[in-house]
Amino acid sequence: MTREAYHRAIKELEGDLEQMAAMADVAIKGAMEALVARDLEKSRQIVRNDIEVNKKRFEIEEKCIRLIATQQPMAVDLRIIAAIINIITDLERIGDHAEGIAKISVSIGDEPLVKPLVDMPRMAEKATSMLERCMKAFIERDIETARNICNEDDEVDAYYDKIYGELVHLMIEKPTLIKEATYLIWAAHNIERIADRVTNIAERVVYMVTGKMEEMNVSKY
Amino acid sequence: MKDKFTIKDLNFWYGEKQALKHINLAMQDRKVTALIGPSGCGKTTFLRCLNRMHDLYPGNRYHGEILLDGRNILDKGLDLIKLRSKVGMVFQKPTPFPMSIYENIAFGLKLMGVKSKGEVSGRVEKALKDSALWDEIRDRLHEPALSLSGGQQQRLCIARAVAVEPDVILMDEPCSALDPVATAKIEDLMTELKQNYTVVIVTHNMQQAARVSEYTGFFMLGEVVEFDTTEKIFTAPSNKLTEDYITGRFG
Repeated sequence: MTREAYHRAIKELEGDLEQMAAMADVAIKGAMEALVARDLEKSRQIVRNDIEVNKKRFEIEEKCIRLIATQQPMAVDLRIIAAIINIITDLERIGDHAEGIAKISVSIGDEPLVKPLVDMPRMAEKATSMLERCMKAFIERDIETARNICNEDDEVDAYYDKIYGELVHLMIEKPTLIKEATYLIWAAHNIERIADRVTNIAERVVYMVTGKMEEMNVSKY
Repeated sequence: MKDKFTIKDLNFWYGEKQALKHINLAMQDRKVTALIGPSGCGKTTFLRCLNRMHDLYPGNRYHGEILLDGRNILDKGLDLIKLRSKVGMVFQKPTPFPMSIYENIAFGLKLMGVKSKGEVSGRVEKALKDSALWDEIRDRLHEPALSLSGGQQQRLCIARAVAVEPDVILMDEPCSALDPVATAKIEDLMTELKQNYTVVIVTHNMQQAARVSEYTGFFMLGEVVEFDTTEKIFTAPSNKLTEDYITGRFG
């Protein structure tokens, strides 16, 4: 009674998920690069590309539903599929946050940035690194890495607090820059939310392996 | 929660061949317990120990304890007729007697010494209601039981088991010969039956085990590999063998 086609379909789903995560990852990196380089065409391209991430999400979700309907998955198979359905929602939102950063870049337009971006690219790098390692943990069923990633969210939050503080300070000093500085706070906020979404994915990895739902992203606020 | 059956180190042999090895588990009163496992794993053999059906054939041997409400049913001198009226059984294929619907149910009652016609009629009606058959056949009570559909015949067999007011109903793949609609009716019936009876079901249909039971035991090669709540078994089993079996990685 071994169910080869069924288990092959689950493996394919995992491949689809990796692909979707890579799409979201590329979008975040591109959005940040375009923001720093003031490359408006690249920013617009990222806004346009978000539809591909959304399409991928529907494609994976439909495959999951088809497997549930036709194969009645149980135990670890059920947990993998349940995890994937949740993770694609987070990846889709991560894609939206990347798109959000790109839209901010377009809104800033030809105006110069109110300050050189130093911490924000680092913050984005941290968030994408968390995402990449989280997806690796998914593939390798590595719950220790997944748990550790949740702790790293504090570093991203600390970046956000720092950037926010600096920009607020700038706005108090130069109220004429309020609009441009606010744009940058929004951009940082998008990255902060991306890292939060990654911790959700990490929770699903732990669930998939252990069968236990654990809240691992306890905010210090 | 009270245990109806407590099994302690049960071993069973068909002649020289050992079919059950060191079984230890407990089945709770008024719950549905499902037994799953690959063919030949011992689940039906185990089920048939619970009302000593194996005693009908020579050369079979038990060792260990099967406590029903604390009393070992393997004790010598136990009244097997009484045991089987307390622990009823429903088989894979419906087994109505070649007589009327009414007589099928009245048969067991008469065997038990119920003589009053009024009491027999009342209990036949109650049994048919309890097995969700009454509304379909109330006008056909004196027609041959074999004229019923397969699903109805199986519910008649459940009614026959229920009529003698057992404590436990054993079901050996009760839906494997039935279509999906008849299967759904039996599954609904099981959730009704557990209000009053302890139900133990052997099934090859894992979705059925997941739907109807509170506890599930996974058997392999005559041993219990895992016994736990059904929810745990089907979402996150503890044993790799259980996981591999229910996800179809072997079997």
